[in-house]
Amino acid sequence: MGLNRNVSLMTALRYKGQGPFLTYILHRIGGLGMAIFITVHLLASFVGGKGGHFINAIYENWAFQIFIFFCVLFHAINGLRITILDLFPKLIPYHRQAITLEWLVFLSIYGFAVFTIIRTGLGG
Amino acid sequence: MADKSRNLSIAKRGLMSFETIMWVFTRLSALGMYALVIFGLIGALVMGARNNMNFADVMRWGFMPNVTHVENTALPDTAPWSSTLWKLTASALVLIAVGHGVHGLVVIADDYIATAKGRQIVRICSGVMILSMLGIGLYLIWTS
Repeated sequence: MGLNRNVSLMTALRYKGQGPFLTYILHRIGGLGMAIFITVHLLASFVGGKGGHFINAIYENWAFQIFIFFCVLFHAINGLRITILDLFPKLIPYHRQAITLEWLVFLSIYGFAVFTIIRTGLGG
Repeated sequence: MADKSRNLSIAKRGLMSFETIMWVFTRLSALGMYALVIFGLIGALVMGARNNMNFADVMRWGFMPNVTHVENTALPDTAPWSSTLWKLTASALVLIAVGHGVHGLVVIADDYIATAKGRQIVRICSGVMILSMLGIGLYLIWTS
Protein backbone atom coordinates (compact mmCIF):
# COMPACT_ATOMS: atom_id res chain seq x y z
CA MET A 1 0.00 0.00 0.00
CA GLY A 2 1.08 3.58 -0.33
CA LEU A 3 4.59 4.22 -1.53
CA ASN A 4 5.65 0.56 -1.87
CA ARG A 5 4.78 0.43 -5.53
CA ASN A 6 5.99 -2.52 -7.50
CA VAL A 7 6.78 -0.54 -10.65
CA SER A 8 9.81 1.51 -11.58
CA LEU A 9 9.60 5.20 -12.45
CA MET A 10 10.33 4.45 -16.11
CA THR A 11 7.57 1.85 -16.20
CA ALA A 12 5.18 4.34 -14.67
CA LEU A 13 6.12 6.97 -17.23
CA ARG A 14 5.45 4.49 -20.05
CA TYR A 15 2.01 3.62 -18.64
CA LYS A 16 -0.44 3.58 -21.52
CA GLY A 17 -3.52 4.82 -19.76
CA GLN A 18 -4.32 6.96 -22.78
CA GLY A 19 -7.27 9.38 -22.70
CA PRO A 20 -8.88 8.42 -19.38
CA PHE A 21 -5.53 8.53 -17.56
CA LEU A 22 -4.69 11.90 -19.11
CA THR A 23 -7.95 13.38 -17.87
CA TYR A 24 -7.33 11.80 -14.43
CA ILE A 25 -3.89 13.43 -14.16
CA LEU A 26 -5.02 16.78 -15.58
CA HIS A 27 -7.97 16.78 -13.17
CA ARG A 28 -5.56 16.45 -10.25
CA ILE A 29 -3.17 19.06 -11.65
CA GLY A 30 -6.10 21.44 -12.19
CA GLY A 31 -7.43 20.84 -8.70
CA LEU A 32 -4.03 21.34 -7.07
CA GLY A 33 -3.40 24.44 -9.18
CA MET A 34 -6.70 25.93 -8.08
CA ALA A 35 -6.17 25.00 -4.43
CA ILE A 36 -2.74 26.65 -4.35
CA PHE A 37 -3.96 29.69 -6.30
CA ILE A 38 -7.07 30.27 -4.19
CA THR A 39 -5.20 29.78 -0.90
CA VAL A 40 -2.44 32.23 -1.79
CA HIS A 41 -4.90 34.66 -3.42
CA LEU A 42 -7.07 34.72 -0.28
CA LEU A 43 -4.05 35.19 1.98
CA ALA A 44 -2.62 37.93 -0.27
CA SER A 45 -5.96 39.77 -0.31
CA PHE A 46 -6.30 39.38 3.45
CA VAL A 47 -2.76 40.53 4.30
CA GLY A 48 -2.77 43.33 1.71
CA GLY A 49 0.15 45.77 1.70
CA LYS A 50 2.98 45.65 -0.82
CA GLY A 51 3.35 41.89 -0.59
CA GLY A 52 -0.34 41.26 -1.16
CA HIS A 53 -0.50 43.67 -4.08
CA PHE A 54 2.62 42.11 -5.61
CA ILE A 55 1.12 38.60 -5.50
CA ASN A 56 -2.25 39.75 -6.82
CA ALA A 57 -0.46 41.61 -9.63
CA ILE A 58 1.03 38.28 -10.70
CA TYR A 59 -2.46 36.79 -10.75
CA GLU A 60 -3.71 39.62 -12.96
CA ASN A 61 -0.94 38.97 -15.48
CA TRP A 62 -2.32 37.51 -18.70
CA ALA A 63 0.20 34.64 -18.76
CA PHE A 64 -0.89 33.46 -15.32
CA GLN A 65 -4.55 33.84 -16.25
CA ILE A 66 -4.03 31.45 -19.17
CA PHE A 67 -2.69 28.87 -16.69
CA ILE A 68 -5.39 29.32 -14.06
CA PHE A 69 -8.18 29.32 -16.66
CA PHE A 70 -6.84 25.98 -17.86
CA CYS A 71 -6.97 24.61 -14.30
CA VAL A 72 -10.46 25.93 -13.60
CA LEU A 73 -12.11 25.10 -16.91
CA PHE A 74 -10.58 21.64 -17.27
CA HIS A 75 -11.39 20.70 -13.66
CA ALA A 76 -14.95 21.99 -14.03
CA ILE A 77 -15.69 20.32 -17.39
CA ASN A 78 -13.97 17.04 -16.52
CA GLY A 79 -15.71 17.06 -13.14
CA LEU A 80 -19.04 17.44 -14.88
CA ARG A 81 -18.29 14.37 -17.01
CA ILE A 82 -17.29 12.37 -13.91
CA THR A 83 -20.43 13.45 -12.06
CA ILE A 84 -22.73 12.59 -14.97
CA LEU A 85 -21.16 9.15 -15.48
CA ASP A 86 -21.21 8.42 -11.74
CA LEU A 87 -24.83 9.46 -11.30
CA PHE A 88 -25.93 7.66 -14.47
CA PRO A 89 -23.84 4.42 -14.48
CA LYS A 90 -25.56 3.15 -17.64
CA LEU A 91 -23.50 5.73 -19.54
CA ILE A 92 -20.15 4.35 -18.34
CA PRO A 93 -19.67 2.10 -21.43
CA TYR A 94 -19.59 5.34 -23.44
CA HIS A 95 -16.90 6.97 -21.31
CA ARG A 96 -14.44 7.32 -24.20
CA GLN A 97 -17.04 9.14 -26.29
CA ALA A 98 -17.77 11.29 -23.23
CA ILE A 99 -14.07 12.16 -22.98
CA THR A 100 -13.97 13.13 -26.65
CA LEU A 101 -17.03 15.34 -26.16
CA GLU A 102 -15.43 16.80 -23.05
CA TRP A 103 -12.29 17.78 -24.98
CA LEU A 104 -14.39 19.41 -27.71
CA VAL A 105 -16.29 21.48 -25.14
CA PHE A 106 -13.13 22.33 -23.20
CA LEU A 107 -11.08 23.36 -26.23
CA SER A 108 -13.90 25.54 -27.54
CA ILE A 109 -14.38 27.45 -24.28
CA TYR A 110 -10.71 27.52 -23.31
CA GLY A 111 -9.62 28.58 -26.79
CA PHE A 112 -12.03 31.49 -26.72
CA ALA A 113 -10.91 32.45 -23.19
CA VAL A 114 -7.21 32.36 -24.18
CA PHE A 115 -7.91 34.43 -27.28
CA THR A 116 -9.73 37.03 -25.19
CA ILE A 117 -7.06 37.11 -22.48
CA ILE A 118 -4.19 37.49 -24.99
CA ARG A 119 -6.06 40.15 -26.96
CA THR A 120 -6.77 42.09 -23.76
CA GLY A 121 -3.19 41.52 -22.55
CA LEU A 122 -1.82 42.95 -25.78
CA GLY A 123 -4.06 45.99 -25.40
CA GLY A 124 -6.66 44.93 -27.97
CA MET B 1 -23.42 -6.98 -12.77
CA ALA B 2 -24.51 -3.41 -12.19
CA ASP B 3 -28.13 -4.54 -11.78
CA LYS B 4 -27.13 -7.14 -9.19
CA SER B 5 -25.23 -4.66 -7.01
CA ARG B 6 -28.23 -2.33 -7.02
CA ASN B 7 -30.36 -5.04 -5.37
CA LEU B 8 -28.20 -5.01 -2.26
CA SER B 9 -29.47 -3.24 0.85
CA ILE B 10 -27.96 0.11 1.80
CA ALA B 11 -26.24 -1.48 4.78
CA LYS B 12 -24.64 -4.19 2.62
CA ARG B 13 -23.56 -1.64 0.04
CA GLY B 14 -21.81 0.33 2.76
CA LEU B 15 -23.46 3.60 1.76
CA MET B 16 -23.16 5.03 5.25
CA SER B 17 -19.38 4.91 5.49
CA PHE B 18 -17.55 8.24 5.70
CA GLU B 19 -15.75 7.63 2.41
CA THR B 20 -19.02 6.96 0.57
CA ILE B 21 -20.71 9.99 2.07
CA MET B 22 -17.78 12.17 0.98
CA TRP B 23 -17.85 10.52 -2.46
CA VAL B 24 -21.48 11.59 -2.82
CA PHE B 25 -20.71 15.01 -1.32
CA THR B 26 -17.97 15.58 -3.91
CA ARG B 27 -20.42 14.93 -6.78
CA LEU B 28 -23.30 16.90 -5.30
CA SER B 29 -21.10 19.83 -4.25
CA ALA B 30 -19.79 19.97 -7.83
CA LEU B 31 -23.38 20.19 -9.08
CA GLY B 32 -24.06 22.90 -6.50
CA MET B 33 -21.07 24.90 -7.71
CA TYR B 34 -22.20 24.59 -11.35
CA ALA B 35 -25.62 25.95 -10.33
CA LEU B 36 -24.06 28.90 -8.47
CA VAL B 37 -21.69 29.68 -11.36
CA ILE B 38 -24.56 29.65 -13.87
CA PHE B 39 -26.58 31.85 -11.49
CA GLY B 40 -23.65 34.29 -11.33
CA LEU B 41 -23.25 34.33 -15.12
CA ILE B 42 -26.96 35.00 -15.68
CA GLY B 43 -26.86 37.71 -13.02
CA ALA B 44 -23.85 39.32 -14.70
CA LEU B 45 -25.65 39.43 -18.03
CA VAL B 46 -28.76 40.93 -16.39
CA MET B 47 -26.60 43.63 -14.72
CA GLY B 48 -24.98 44.71 -17.97
CA ALA B 49 -21.92 42.51 -18.44
CA ARG B 50 -22.57 42.19 -22.18
CA ASN B 51 -21.58 45.78 -22.94
CA ASN B 52 -19.05 46.49 -20.20
CA MET B 53 -17.00 43.36 -19.60
CA ASN B 54 -14.96 40.93 -21.66
CA PHE B 55 -15.33 37.16 -21.62
CA ALA B 56 -12.52 36.59 -19.09
CA ASP B 57 -14.00 39.16 -16.69
CA VAL B 58 -17.41 37.48 -16.88
CA MET B 59 -15.84 34.08 -16.22
CA ARG B 60 -13.91 35.46 -13.24
CA TRP B 61 -17.17 36.87 -11.82
CA GLY B 62 -18.96 33.59 -12.48
CA PHE B 63 -16.42 31.53 -10.54
CA MET B 64 -16.47 33.98 -7.61
CA PRO B 65 -19.13 36.73 -7.68
CA ASN B 66 -17.22 39.21 -5.54
CA VAL B 67 -17.28 42.91 -6.45
CA THR B 68 -13.46 43.15 -6.40
CA HIS B 69 -13.46 40.90 -9.49
CA VAL B 70 -15.27 43.53 -11.59
CA GLU B 71 -13.59 46.71 -10.32
CA ASN B 72 -11.24 46.89 -13.32
CA THR B 73 -13.99 46.61 -15.92
CA ALA B 74 -15.84 49.34 -17.82
CA LEU B 75 -18.92 49.05 -15.59
CA PRO B 76 -20.26 52.56 -14.81
CA ASP B 77 -21.57 51.53 -11.38
CA THR B 78 -20.49 48.48 -9.37
CA ALA B 79 -23.01 49.00 -6.55
CA PRO B 80 -25.45 46.32 -7.82
CA TRP B 81 -22.53 43.89 -7.98
CA SER B 82 -21.89 44.23 -4.23
CA SER B 83 -25.47 43.62 -3.08
CA THR B 84 -26.35 41.21 -0.28
CA LEU B 85 -27.61 38.71 -2.87
CA TRP B 86 -24.14 38.43 -4.42
CA LYS B 87 -22.41 38.33 -1.04
CA LEU B 88 -24.66 35.42 -0.07
CA THR B 89 -24.00 33.72 -3.41
CA ALA B 90 -20.24 34.16 -2.99
CA SER B 91 -20.45 32.90 0.59
CA ALA B 92 -22.30 29.77 -0.53
CA LEU B 93 -19.69 29.22 -3.23
CA VAL B 94 -16.85 29.58 -0.71
CA LEU B 95 -18.51 27.16 1.73
CA ILE B 96 -19.06 24.50 -0.92
CA ALA B 97 -15.73 25.05 -2.70
CA VAL B 98 -13.64 24.85 0.49
CA GLY B 99 -15.30 21.59 1.53
CA HIS B 100 -14.98 20.12 -1.97
CA GLY B 101 -11.41 21.35 -2.43
CA VAL B 102 -9.96 20.37 0.93
CA HIS B 103 -11.51 16.91 0.67
CA GLY B 104 -9.92 16.60 -2.78
CA LEU B 105 -6.53 17.50 -1.33
CA VAL B 106 -6.96 14.85 1.39
CA VAL B 107 -7.78 12.23 -1.27
CA ILE B 108 -4.63 13.13 -3.21
CA ALA B 109 -2.50 13.17 -0.04
CA ASP B 110 -3.79 9.71 0.92
CA ASP B 111 -2.38 8.36 -2.36
CA TYR B 112 1.13 9.34 -1.28
CA ILE B 113 1.01 9.12 2.53
CA ALA B 114 0.64 5.53 3.65
CA THR B 115 1.13 5.63 7.42
CA ALA B 116 -1.77 6.08 9.84
CA LYS B 117 0.14 8.83 11.67
CA GLY B 118 0.82 10.70 8.43
CA ARG B 119 -2.83 10.52 7.40
CA GLN B 120 -3.88 11.73 10.84
CA ILE B 121 -1.62 14.78 10.43
CA VAL B 122 -3.11 15.42 6.97
CA ARG B 123 -6.62 15.37 8.48
CA ILE B 124 -5.66 17.80 11.24
CA CYS B 125 -4.05 20.12 8.66
CA SER B 126 -7.14 19.88 6.46
CA GLY B 127 -9.39 20.83 9.40
CA VAL B 128 -7.23 23.87 10.15
CA MET B 129 -7.23 24.78 6.46
CA ILE B 130 -11.03 24.53 6.20
CA LEU B 131 -11.59 26.80 9.20
CA SER B 132 -8.95 29.38 8.22
CA MET B 133 -9.96 29.54 4.54
CA LEU B 134 -13.64 29.84 5.45
CA GLY B 135 -12.89 32.60 7.95
CA ILE B 136 -10.68 34.61 5.60
CA GLY B 137 -12.92 34.04 2.58
CA LEU B 138 -16.12 35.11 4.32
CA TYR B 139 -14.35 38.11 5.89
CA LEU B 140 -13.11 39.28 2.48
CA ILE B 141 -16.53 38.83 0.87
CA TRP B 142 -18.47 40.71 3.53
CA THR B 143 -15.97 43.56 3.90
CA SER B 144 -15.36 44.22 0.21
